[in-house]
Amino acid sequence: MLCLGLLTRCQMTTELFIQYLMAGITYGSIYAIVAIGFNIIYNTTGIINFAQGEFVMFGGMIAISLLQFMPMPVAIALAVAITMVIGALIEICFIRWLKSPSVLRMIIITIGISILSREVGVHIWGESIRSLPYFVGNEITSIPIFGARISPQVLWVVAASGLMVIALGIFFKTTSVGREMRACASNRKAATLCGINTQNMVTLSFVLSAGIGAFAGCVMSPITYSQYDMGTGLAIKGFTVAILGGLGSSGGAVAAGLLLGIIEAFSVSVVPLAFQDAISISILLIILFVRPQGLFGSKEAAGLSEF
Amino acid sequence: MKKLLSVLPLLAVVIGIHLLTSATDTMYYLTQMTMSAYYSLLIIGLCVLMGYAGQISLGHAGFFAIGGYLSAALTTHSLIAYKDTALVTFLDSMGMLMSGHDLYGEALLVVSPWVACIVAVCTAAGIAVIIGIPVLKLKGHYLAMATLGFGIIIYRVALALEYFGEADGISEVPAFVLLPGLSVSGDFSNRVQNYYIAWGLLLIGMVLLLNLIDSRVGRALRGIHGSDEAADAMGVNTSRFKLQTFVLSAVFAAIAGVFLTHYNGGIGPSEAGVMKSVRYVAIVAVGGMAHLWGALLMGIVLNFLSLRGVFGSYDDAVFGLILIVIMLFAPNGILSLNIRYRLKQLLGRGKSDKEGEA
Repeated sequence: MLCLGLLTRCQMTTELFIQYLMAGITYGSIYAIVAIGFNIIYNTTGIINFAQGEFVMFGGMIAISLLQFMPMPVAIALAVAITMVIGALIEICFIRWLKSPSVLRMIIITIGISILSREVGVHIWGESIRSLPYFVGNEITSIPIFGARISPQVLWVVAASGLMVIALGIFFKTTSVGREMRACASNRKAATLCGINTQNMVTLSFVLSAGIGAFAGCVMSPITYSQYDMGTGLAIKGFTVAILGGLGSSGGAVAAGLLLGIIEAFSVSVVPLAFQDAISISILLIILFVRPQGLFGSKEAAGLSEF
Repeated sequence: MKKLLSVLPLLAVVIGIHLLTSATDTMYYLTQMTMSAYYSLLIIGLCVLMGYAGQISLGHAGFFAIGGYLSAALTTHSLIAYKDTALVTFLDSMGMLMSGHDLYGEALLVVSPWVACIVAVCTAAGIAVIIGIPVLKLKGHYLAMATLGFGIIIYRVALALEYFGEADGISEVPAFVLLPGLSVSGDFSNRVQNYYIAWGLLLIGMVLLLNLIDSRVGRALRGIHGSDEAADAMGVNTSRFKLQTFVLSAVFAAIAGVFLTHYNGGIGPSEAGVMKSVRYVAIVAVGGMAHLWGALLMGIVLNFLSLRGVFGSYDDAVFGLILIVIMLFAPNGILSLNIRYRLKQLLGRGKSDKEGEA
């Protein structure tokens, strides 16, 4: 390991470059998925759901608990389903019956839900750090790519994120429920007039974003581990990415997520780890000052923002 | 003058609490009341920014930390190693330094608290100007994100720099002698004195803000909250008013940070954490956004309950629950509830108090 370090220090080799790049893409796709969760709810309600990170936590934690009783694929599927139910319950209990609530009011409610969910998490699972086992192989299994060694789980994360983005795209473009949700996103009143039950669409958006959050939580768990308070950090990263990509734009979220992940990964080679967050956020702030609508919040991306 | 009169009942309550606690031999409550007062100073500043100027800030714990950390660092890190440099000699001759001894009897030469306080507050104001100019052009969620980012950066810097004590923070911050015989410190003998310093500061802040929002500036701010464009069209210099309010609230936060740090005798990175900022915003919201008195009330009550540890390990859960319940049933803040409802809630709270202590 030391040899490798010395070797790579002399030359920023392709292997090292790819190693950093893959780390960046891994974290980037996780951020992107969380950001897409934000976007789905933002599009139907106009609010940022601060409890999004807790969906990821619930997904991972429930899957880990269920693993004792059943094989992994079933545990993950069940965990995603349970988290979707939690998402629906949250919407039905706290959001649905409010009459034209203000944005700030809803945001504070989601902050409250996020705090409550975290407390539920800590009282059920305690403060210990857990993780799902690797889907294939174990911690030291690796696949060589261009000389760099990549854990198969990394490929799982990237593939799962990619699949989710594609599946969501197909869902929103081709199915009638997806089209109704898009209609609700672009103009709620008009959608109501066309006979779409917008309230159900909002519930559905919570279910959907809880589901993809939970799935992300399961896939990433072997690499990043799961803990009751992981949601806050993820929510902040996801929020950053959603804003940077231009709120509501899923293409923007993917691009911004990868950008943030890669900046973070490479910043480790330049500055101490402690400043990693500070550097990436400074860069994002500068981008935001230059382009207040986010990187892809332009007219072009507005076409994608229906998601 | 009218504003001065309107805070008189509050002054009476403050004195009343003191008398009550000394009569019932529960003076230890004053410690938490003092700390709550400092947090509330930040909260009323944030309330004017959010409720009147309509600009959300998720970075106010950052300003609090700038005040607290700078003041703590300047008054604890000894300059004796640099004794012979021109700057230190100059500062010493100006009477800006203070010598003393540390725990082990070694000589210390540190910046005097007054100077440190002024430096800290001015730095916070300066940073607020620099950050505020680009940030306040943003709106809604983008503004929230930018201020949140600022808060995270401050948190990370406090956590990463050895000068600020990394994860341990800074401790053994000396007392802040305001006037001879009047000092901000955590000494038990100074408890009553500090209680009045904190509440005095809060009352002054309250009078200032009440005057502000009832003046031309206040009306301009409310105009901005209603509609940026409309206010602009009426000749209000919107960006300037927004910036001034932002700086004002940052100064309030920094002052609160300086005083609380001296009172606690230390500061840690958790004071700069994102959840602190979120908490402040939430308290302003449950107090009823454009309602200084509501913000003050919630600031005192929620901070006091949490500092007393009334709910034990369920503290955060109860806080979350209070947020949700108030936002669901009283979206315009706690003071918009009618009396009967409020009484009911008070009774409910009284019950849970007892449960917590039992």
